[in-house]
Amino acid sequence: MMVDTLIAKRHLMANKKQTLVAMLGVTFGIAMFILMISFMIGVNQFMEDTMLSSTPDIHIYNDIKTDYTVSIAGDYFKNKNLLVSVRHPKPKHVNLNLKNANGIINDLRSDPGITQVSPFLSTQVFYNYGPVQINGYINGVNIIDESKIFDLRSKMTEGQPEDLLNTDKGIIMGRGLANKLNLVVGDMVTLTTPAGTSMSFRVVGIFAIGIGTIDDTRSYINLANVQQLMGKDRSYITDINIKLINNKLAPSKAGELYKKYNYKSDDWQTANSSVMASNIVRNVLTYVVSITLLTVAGFGIYNIMNMTIKNKMKDIAILKAQGFSGHDIVRIFLSQSLFIGFFGALMGEVLGFLLAYALSRVPFPHNDFISLKYFPVIFNPAHYLFGLVFGVITPFIAGLMPSIKASRIDPVVILRG
Amino acid sequence: MSIALKVENVNKYFREPEEFHVLTDISFCVNKGEFVPVIGKSGCGKSTLLYLLSTLDTDYQGKIFINDQLLTGESQNNLARFRNENIGFVFQFHFLLPEFTALENVMLPAFKLGKLGREEIEEQAMDKLRELQMDTFANKLSSRLSGGQQQRVAIARALINNPTIIMADEPTGNLDSINTGLVFDIFKELSHQNGITILTVTHDLDFAKSADRVIEMVDGRIKNS
Ligand SMILES: Nc1ncnc2c1ncn2[C@@H]1O[C@H](COP(=O)(O)OP(=O)(O)OP(=O)(O)O)[C@@H](O)[C@H]1O
Ligand SMILES: [Mg+2]
Repeated sequence: MMVDTLIAKRHLMANKKQTLVAMLGVTFGIAMFILMISFMIGVNQFMEDTMLSSTPDIHIYNDIKTDYTVSIAGDYFKNKNLLVSVRHPKPKHVNLNLKNANGIINDLRSDPGITQVSPFLSTQVFYNYGPVQINGYINGVNIIDESKIFDLRSKMTEGQPEDLLNTDKGIIMGRGLANKLNLVVGDMVTLTTPAGTSMSFRVVGIFAIGIGTIDDTRSYINLANVQQLMGKDRSYITDINIKLINNKLAPSKAGELYKKYNYKSDDWQTANSSVMASNIVRNVLTYVVSITLLTVAGFGIYNIMNMTIKNKMKDIAILKAQGFSGHDIVRIFLSQSLFIGFFGALMGEVLGFLLAYALSRVPFPHNDFISLKYFPVIFNPAHYLFGLVFGVITPFIAGLMPSIKASRIDPVVILRG
Repeated sequence: MSIALKVENVNKYFREPEEFHVLTDISFCVNKGEFVPVIGKSGCGKSTLLYLLSTLDTDYQGKIFINDQLLTGESQNNLARFRNENIGFVFQFHFLLPEFTALENVMLPAFKLGKLGREEIEEQAMDKLRELQMDTFANKLSSRLSGGQQQRVAIARALINNPTIIMADEPTGNLDSINTGLVFDIFKELSHQNGITILTVTHDLDFAKSADRVIEMVDGRIKNS
């Protein structure tokens, strides 16, 4: 009611210093919350973005899983009544390809939940650099399909993905790898497969995804060239990358695909479970620290409200004698607490925003593995709303008990003096 | 003449530190528009009785009626509203809210009542202050007023909602004889012309004698005269 707020306002104004101190407690708590969550979510977002730029929604491949129940030893000793035990069996010959790859690809392409399918052939190679051989990978891809999944176009530092199609035996190379090999666009590089065959390629483009382990080892070559390099036929495919309409459905879809084709299907969340786990840790940390700060601010308010009420016992008795009810008294003191909370939180949001903005302008220390110019900070209105709600709930809880205590004061005891 | 205040067989005990029967079998009536001083020795229970009558203290046996309405057993919220509307209280020790000016202190109970707009309330509050010759101090913070000035503001405050009954506990304790006379003249005028019932504790026997009727208390009882 109007008169209650009038009295509350007077009480706040009469103790400006005390009001300000209580407010600063909330301000600090909310500012820290805003700063932390903006930064932590910024980091999470950055991690997820880099993750998604290097990991397909679903990756189907042939995981080496040899069946040792049948072995040469069994063949050799058959018909003899013996118990044969073979220590450390090894496969004689393994094909890492996906059988019936074309059938699977056509099947996937007709799936309405899948927007993009990119089959490829991945193999380990040695990049010849003078007398040195540098270990790495090549992905034999249909570059158009692959670049649709990873948006390669935006990751190219030199050349375009299509250049691969326009060049006979072209190669698009990770930036780190190109630097190591001292290669620029137009240079030739010779690759050697583990099986010993070699072939030369012309560098037509350079990409940088921002993850050292990829940029330092991977190159893209036309699928047919790799099949040729490895001496395999045109249906030899080892992996399929898949992009979904909704990547949140990846885990269930991956399970479904595994059941259907019986090839290992990794969804992006599982493939990056360590990153996902650290995201969760950061989130929890943010909330724990913020709630701690706000609780401290809450206790500050609780103390100040208790002190105010102790000083105002006489006033409470007078008000009650004049017909102010217990509810009025609760309103008078609770609204003071809420005022402190609301304006403290508002100031905290401004301070938090300024700090977060300042952080977002701080250059990130140079790092070969992460391509970050500034500290990753995210500005999400939801965080500010959450902060405001929290900044009001805390003083509400902190102010409620002292206010109720105030409303229970027996005026007669006070008025007797 | 109708009855403003009726007290039936009221008994009150203090239980701390030991049981003490402070009011014994109090029964009396006060008519509308009557002006009744309450006298008695220090410690005989005058203030205690006044707290009961003003509904602030509800811990007693017996019945209290104001305007024929039984107040015994009413909820705290109802009693608060009733006090705001019907009872003006002047404390033995003058109590004002220190953060507010004299005028605002007078206005607050009217704000709480909420029947009039701000301007009307301010006008009436100024009238009351003028009657008590406090209008020149209207905009002074109440904590900056002298004891006697504060007491007069407190009386103006008790009048603001035009209560049916005013209860005052030694309202002139801090006042010089001129101001004491002023207050009692106002009280008499209020009771005789405006029909407001006034019950006031006083030690001023000269003044008490001039009243219509006196209630004298001795050791927690009303002395029959
Ligand atoms: N809270 C209390 N607990 C116990 N006894 C009390 C309490 N308050 C008052 N008393 C006692 O009750 C008696 C009446 O007190 P009360 O204040 O009503 O006296 P009074 O008539 O107003 O006196 P005075 O003229 O000095 O104001 C006194 O003996 C006092 O000691
Ligand atoms: Mg007394």
